[in-house]
Amino acid sequence: MRRYVIKRVLFLFLVIWTAATINWILPRMTGRDPIKEQLSAQIASQGRTAADATAMMDMYNNLFGLKKPLWQQYLTYVANVLRLDFGYSIQEYPRKVLDIIIARSRISFPVFIIATIISFAFGVLLGGLMGWNKTPKWIPRILTPPLLVFGSVPAFLVALILIYFVAFRWKLLPLGLPYDRTMIEDWSNIKFLMNYAHHAILPITATVVVQLSGWALSMRAMMVTVEGEDFTTFAEAKGLKPSRIFMKYLMRNATLPALTGLAITFGYIITGAAVAESFFNYAGIGARLAQAISVFDYFVIYGIVIILVMCIAVATFIMDMIYPLLDPRITYKAQKG
Amino acid sequence: MKSTLGYFRRNPTLAVGLSFLLILILFTSVGRLFVDPEHAYPLSVPANLPPNAEYPFGTDREGRDLLAAMIVGTGMTLEIGAIAGAIGLALGIVLGFVAGYTGGIIDTVITSLIDIWMSIPSFLLLILIASAFSKVTLGVTQMGLIVAIVSWAGPARAIRAQVLSMRERPFIMMSKLSGMGAFEIIMKELVPNLLPYLVMSLSQSVYGAIMASLGLEALGIGSRREPTMGMTLYNVNYYSAFLVGMWWWILEPTLVIIFTLTSLVLTSIGLDEIANPRRRRTV
Repeated sequence: MRRYVIKRVLFLFLVIWTAATINWILPRMTGRDPIKEQLSAQIASQGRTAADATAMMDMYNNLFGLKKPLWQQYLTYVANVLRLDFGYSIQEYPRKVLDIIIARSRISFPVFIIATIISFAFGVLLGGLMGWNKTPKWIPRILTPPLLVFGSVPAFLVALILIYFVAFRWKLLPLGLPYDRTMIEDWSNIKFLMNYAHHAILPITATVVVQLSGWALSMRAMMVTVEGEDFTTFAEAKGLKPSRIFMKYLMRNATLPALTGLAITFGYIITGAAVAESFFNYAGIGARLAQAISVFDYFVIYGIVIILVMCIAVATFIMDMIYPLLDPRITYKAQKG
Repeated sequence: MKSTLGYFRRNPTLAVGLSFLLILILFTSVGRLFVDPEHAYPLSVPANLPPNAEYPFGTDREGRDLLAAMIVGTGMTLEIGAIAGAIGLALGIVLGFVAGYTGGIIDTVITSLIDIWMSIPSFLLLILIASAFSKVTLGVTQMGLIVAIVSWAGPARAIRAQVLSMRERPFIMMSKLSGMGAFEIIMKELVPNLLPYLVMSLSQSVYGAIMASLGLEALGIGSRREPTMGMTLYNVNYYSAFLVGMWWWILEPTLVIIFTLTSLVLTSIGLDEIANPRRRRTV
């Protein structure tokens, strides 16, 4: 067990290091210079002179250590990433990238996490009911086609449909902005929380619709397998109540593989919701990423990407660690590779 | 011919998926005969027109005929998917076969590489990679090549697992005993036996690649001029089409994308039934 944990921690760092290294090498290979691009854009739009720009570029290049030898730049860079120091935003200079990320994550992560929990709980339950042999056959027959369609489209497409009908046509829910303009962000204020929740309904729904469908379909297939197991036949032969067989025998066993997928799907949910956010104009971390991409604010782009990579890697790690508690059949002693 | 039809009756998922794909391909190829492909680009027709006799799909804010944009864009999106899916699968086949068949240290190296690569969410990696290139140079082919960078790991892992299970079967032992070389065994015994599985992997990787390219383009990465499906959606968002009530501009790409993705998923499920006969009748 201990060897496994050590191995898993090393792997965690390896994943983050790989992502960080790719990020360091790429701009040096493609030769796109974010600082130069941003400054020339500023010269064009804000009437800075070329002499100003050269001075500013020197200043930036010193600031980011871009005049040192490459290996030194790389080591500084890795050390900075480990300390979560992603430098400054070019667009909002002198704001630090980490401050931007923290401010935006406060808005986004509750949405990500609640969407994950809701879609997992309801998707698993729905799929379980659909795959149960006591359920009338017409229910899965009617539900499968729409679930298949929603499960195979990106979340932002559902977002677009929701925006058009719910927010624009019927004006049922507010569009964009995580809370009213008149509100002050204060997480201990009940009124603020209510307002935030009201605004979060649409982004959560978009993610839930997509993820729930995927889980329901895989859960349904899993139920069919579990129903064929000997212990199910035995439970039926004992004359247990069908509801008891469903909850204690079928669901408990069929949910396990879904739990393994939970961590992986958390990654999809975050990335999917991030793109959806830019459609909702939600001012969360995903919308900030889209904004950074549009003006090529490279330090913000890579800061957000690396933070999300870290979150997903840590979530997978935690899931791997608690999995043996959930499924006693799994021990890490015998596991190889 | 008759047996094919008979098979489609038993596997309606595959039949529906393939016919949807065929409709899409006809839409983007034959459709070009009825519209001017140049009208899929900005400033070619009057802007902001709702659907009418001359422009049955309406026009967008930038002055594109949306029917032309749908026809050209479907082709482009499928092309991105095909380029990335094919390259990704080809790499996956090579790595999967080498790792699964040779085993030992090579297998360990390739497997750990796959594990690390798959633990980094591919979409985030794509954002980093694609945004390091300047947007103007990101045409359809370049987009396909970039998406291909992340599409090899999934197929490689799945194919390796298939090869591993196939390697110990008696007919492979027989070929080894009869003195066939490793390459010959892979080409003559393994590949033909895994063919249905490989075809299914292809349709899955094309699906994955299209999803990835849509996400990138929806974030505004890619050439703003090209009328790919993802870029059309980006423009819908950029010009706030819903706030000015241009419902046709939102509805059309949405439906085309749903149709495209659904057809690929149905095809994959249908092919899966051929590749894994045991899976039959569970979906």
